[in-house]
Amino acid sequence: MNDKDKDIKNQAAEQDNFSLNDDRRVKVLSPSALVMKRFFRNRLAVLGMIMLLSMFLFSFVGGLISPYSQDQQFYRTEEQMKEFAGVIRNKDFRYLNADGQKFGSVLQAKFQLAVQKKKPTFEYKDVVYQVEKEGEDLYAISSDGVLLAVAAKDIVNADGAELSFAIKHEALKAFTGGRKEFTADGKTYQVDGDGNIIDGGTVLGYISRFVVSAVSPDVVISRSFKEELETVIDEKGTEFQFVDEKGEEYSYEISYDATSLTWSVKQGKEVSVYDDYAEPSREHWLGTDTNGMDMLTRLMYGGRVSLIIGFIVVIMETVLGVILGGLAGYFGKWVDNLIMRIVDVFYCIPSMPLIIILGAAMDAMRVEPMTRMFYLMLILGFLGWPGIARLVRGQILSLREQEFMTAAEACGIRVSRRIFKHLIPNVIPQLIVSCTMALGSTIIMEATLSFLGIGVKFPFASWGNIITDVNDAYVMTHYWFVWIPAGICLLIAVLGFNFVGDGLRDAFDPKMKR
Amino acid sequence: MRKYIMKRILLSVMILFCVTFIIYALLRCLPASYVENMAMQLAMKPGAKPYGEWLAQLNASYGLDKDVLPGYLTWLGDAVRGRFGDSWKYTVPVLEKFNDVIWLSFIVGAIAFVLELIIAIPLGVIAATKQYSRADYAITAGALIGISLPTFFFATILKLVFSVKLGWFDLYGLVGRDYAQLDAMGQLLDKANHLVLPIVTLVIVSVGSLMRYTRTNMLEVLNADYIRTARAKGLSEKKVIYQHAFRNTLIPIVTIVGGSLPGLFSGALITETLFMIPGIGYTSYQAMLIGDIPFSMFYMTFLAILTLTGNLISDILYAVVDPRVRIA
Repeated sequence: MNDKDKDIKNQAAEQDNFSLNDDRRVKVLSPSALVMKRFFRNRLAVLGMIMLLSMFLFSFVGGLISPYSQDQQFYRTEEQMKEFAGVIRNKDFRYLNADGQKFGSVLQAKFQLAVQKKKPTFEYKDVVYQVEKEGEDLYAISSDGVLLAVAAKDIVNADGAELSFAIKHEALKAFTGGRKEFTADGKTYQVDGDGNIIDGGTVLGYISRFVVSAVSPDVVISRSFKEELETVIDEKGTEFQFVDEKGEEYSYEISYDATSLTWSVKQGKEVSVYDDYAEPSREHWLGTDTNGMDMLTRLMYGGRVSLIIGFIVVIMETVLGVILGGLAGYFGKWVDNLIMRIVDVFYCIPSMPLIIILGAAMDAMRVEPMTRMFYLMLILGFLGWPGIARLVRGQILSLREQEFMTAAEACGIRVSRRIFKHLIPNVIPQLIVSCTMALGSTIIMEATLSFLGIGVKFPFASWGNIITDVNDAYVMTHYWFVWIPAGICLLIAVLGFNFVGDGLRDAFDPKMKR
Repeated sequence: MRKYIMKRILLSVMILFCVTFIIYALLRCLPASYVENMAMQLAMKPGAKPYGEWLAQLNASYGLDKDVLPGYLTWLGDAVRGRFGDSWKYTVPVLEKFNDVIWLSFIVGAIAFVLELIIAIPLGVIAATKQYSRADYAITAGALIGISLPTFFFATILKLVFSVKLGWFDLYGLVGRDYAQLDAMGQLLDKANHLVLPIVTLVIVSVGSLMRYTRTNMLEVLNADYIRTARAKGLSEKKVIYQHAFRNTLIPIVTIVGGSLPGLFSGALITETLFMIPGIGYTSYQAMLIGDIPFSMFYMTFLAILTLTGNLISDILYAVVDPRVRIA
């Protein structure tokens, strides 16, 4: 009984062992799946992947979504205050000479003394002058019954034709006396509360204590403006808006200078200027740059330029490096020697100084920004291949001694096919790793050159040339949004490439434990 | 061994000739705007010769009237005898200017390099011994961040934090405003103060690669059979790591360190320019921008020599340090 049971159990176990049910199968993964698995187990690599993806989305999709274009400039209106006019409230007597009479400065001085001492008469050169008070700050000066002049602090301004003495005199009398009407030269005129002298329906002139003089001689100050100004000054206001005859609205600022007893009027003109270094706002999430362009959009387009340059340069490097390294490694002997000496020479050329000199020369030749970008890529690619050539050659040297290459040779496969179909694919893992790392360093190189002003130039944006603005210490300290985001983008992209490259290196390495 | 070294030196000299020729040819192909500008200025002076004559004379005195190959041979002949001509920008002999500025660069480079070694090697070893631990991740990430940091961006952040916000250091330059009034000790301290930020920048930006290199090599050594043997013998982990593993890791480190020694003289072009430290990097940057051919030529030749020497030293050291390597 027991034995039978055991037997059955064993049979079942054996069946289990040999069964082809899914759960009994050994999971077989292809090498690439293994690499993937190892790669995604590396947290840093995954982080790098995410960083790269976000930067690509930001640069390539962001540019499409952004409502602005890469070199769209924004304007803001700025009030530019400019001295417009000076205003004095008249404190001195002004004299209106009667027709055909003279009232000289000595007499004026004597008259003022008399007014101060409140004397009805004054004498000069044995002539006696009578002073008659006709109203508030209004005096008539006569001698022997002849009216010589009128002294007043209010000023009669003519709107059109000059007014006669009689009209002025009577108007002043009416105005200071608070009367609404007066007659002069046999006609009746009206004076309203604002000091307007009206003949029937037309305004002939007005009486006011303010003297407004324009700063620039070609400006005519209109009547209505003066009135507006007066009321504002009376109300002790400091600002007002005024629409002139042409319908343009200006803003004015009034400031009072106590020492000279004058008001100075400044006219604010709305000027449209580039909206440079605008703080981040709803319209511009990262503000604007020195040219009044939207920073976020510049960053997106700059990312495109930086990434594209990085890719093109690395592709050039790789193609050159793989071809030359492959040839050197496969053929060996003098081909290897020749190519490796060329590699040595290129290795020794100091690339940074050379690119700086070439950049300075392109500056001198005024090469167009677009052409310049191509030259930059060419130069970088042409100087960068030796590293990859060395790597490929080293790998191929060891690979070509292996059995599968002997087999390939025995099969009579063409040389080019043997190199590019059988050898190069075996180098690809290392190649991918070094290309990923090279992308990072190329982007840094390009950014550094653009930062120094010899790489990508305006109007094209690149993360490097966006940061160039910090050469101005004021920008560096006051406008963080101009350079910090660009630097962070650069850092994220390069770090992403390096993390991914590092993760790939570990993932491709079959000796790694995980 | 001696034969190998001789061969390598000869090869290096050949490479140097090629490199200098390529650089010379490139420089000569550029528009000689500097000479033209100078001729223009000289011709403007009262009673001066006309522009054409000046141009011809200047071209002749700079050896620019010859074709590229004869011009190169002339330059080479002079250079071999140590005559690199007068710098156009600094109007002093190139070697004199070089002598003025090189030591500052060397000091900055040397201090930064020593700091790098002190930081990178222990951290690299720690990261390797505790592979996949939190410390390892932190160190690897830190190293990669250092590598990925654009020098100019990092330097600007340092300036913003330490110069502008905290006010500890000056933004630019090697000496402060009241340098002349200080005594000898004060002057030294003043210079040291101005070199802090450049050195920090250099260290942070370049420490990463050495750290990763140490880690990779240490990992390789830790996977070796003799480490397993050492552990099997029952040695303490400390002894295994610091006596058996670390010593073997030192082999590649010593070769790479030896190889980068000549590089200490090359100056940090970007960092010096950013901080306006008058070392060889900043000096030649300014010279290069205006197309000062004698100085640029000299500087690039100098850099090429440094690279070649570095490679040579590291190859020789590799053979010397590692007894397993035998060179026929």
